[in-house]
Amino acid sequence: MIKQLVGLLAVLAIAALFVALVPLMAPTELGPVTRHYVEQGLVENRGANLVTSIVVNYRGFDTLGEVTVLFLSVSGAGFVLRRRDGLVPEPQRRASELVQTASRVLFAPIVLFGAYIFVHGHLTPGGGFQGGAVIASAVLLLLLADRDRLLPHGFLSVIESFSGFGYVLVGLVGLAATGSFLANRGVIELGTWNRLFSAGVIPVIYVLIGLKVGSELATLLDTMMHADQAREGH
Amino acid sequence: MEILSLHALAVGTAIVLVLVGLAGALVRRNLLKIVLGFSIADAGVNLLIVTLGHIPGRTAPIIDQPGLLKDAGSLVVDSTKVVDPLPQALVLTAIVIGVGVTALMLAFVVRLYAQGKSLDIRDFGRLKW
Repeated sequence: MIKQLVGLLAVLAIAALFVALVPLMAPTELGPVTRHYVEQGLVENRGANLVTSIVVNYRGFDTLGEVTVLFLSVSGAGFVLRRRDGLVPEPQRRASELVQTASRVLFAPIVLFGAYIFVHGHLTPGGGFQGGAVIASAVLLLLLADRDRLLPHGFLSVIESFSGFGYVLVGLVGLAATGSFLANRGVIELGTWNRLFSAGVIPVIYVLIGLKVGSELATLLDTMMHADQAREGH
Repeated sequence: MEILSLHALAVGTAIVLVLVGLAGALVRRNLLKIVLGFSIADAGVNLLIVTLGHIPGRTAPIIDQPGLLKDAGSLVVDSTKVVDPLPQALVLTAIVIGVGVTALMLAFVVRLYAQGKSLDIRDFGRLKW
């Protein structure tokens, strides 16, 4: 009881902190850094989606770290769930005919939609992380329809490793061409604004991120779905 | 300017979400509810950051029409017409990290349940000092 009171007091203190710090009025203009990102974004990167320009180019190094954090947490979850002792396998009920048939029909369109989202990440809302999550949702549908389905783990880890490697490689190409890691200008032609082939290396990096996130989250779903089953080979 | 603007409403919702999430994480004893509390606080923080970059009357920072440029000849964007893209980029990162952290926490919960056959946090006092 006393612990819970202390917890609630801490929450109240945080509430007071929020009231003191957060401005209730909306801002009326952009700050100096983001002003440069907005005004020069098209000139420097040709990417219509300025959020993508920031995530993949101006803050590209952070995104490389973010991909690493995601990789670490997924491998951490896999490592923690690797030992299966103490878990009783749940009695399994077969998915209904509807789910099984629908998963087979919908898998390919959902993967295609995910690919569409990350290929157009520099033009429309969306990008590698969102597209990757959509692809993982297609895999989740497959696993829900048939819990005994084995995912092609070798294939997934090859995709994941090569896309992560490709991301660093693109950065190193930028370093060799312009002297700046993950540079965009001067590596390949920037192209025309608002066309699919534009924004230089940004779509290349976002496709790699999409593949990496998709395969990582698919592996994570598989690990969690099969945590209670003794299974050889992965 | 009226007090109950859309901005103030969004900020208020975000703060309430953060506080509800933190209270859940601190007060609840069920491990799954603690994880849920962190997820709710996560959503609140993300909403707060996005809201702080929103400027009323402006459009999304996606330059898909010439009307958003300063003048037709150059590619310089008119910075008085779009909202702040920087908080949105930060939140994009935070959402992905949030998913990873939640997955790791849930994996620990599964492991703890397998060892102690309990979801009550009071049953896992071995690391207490």
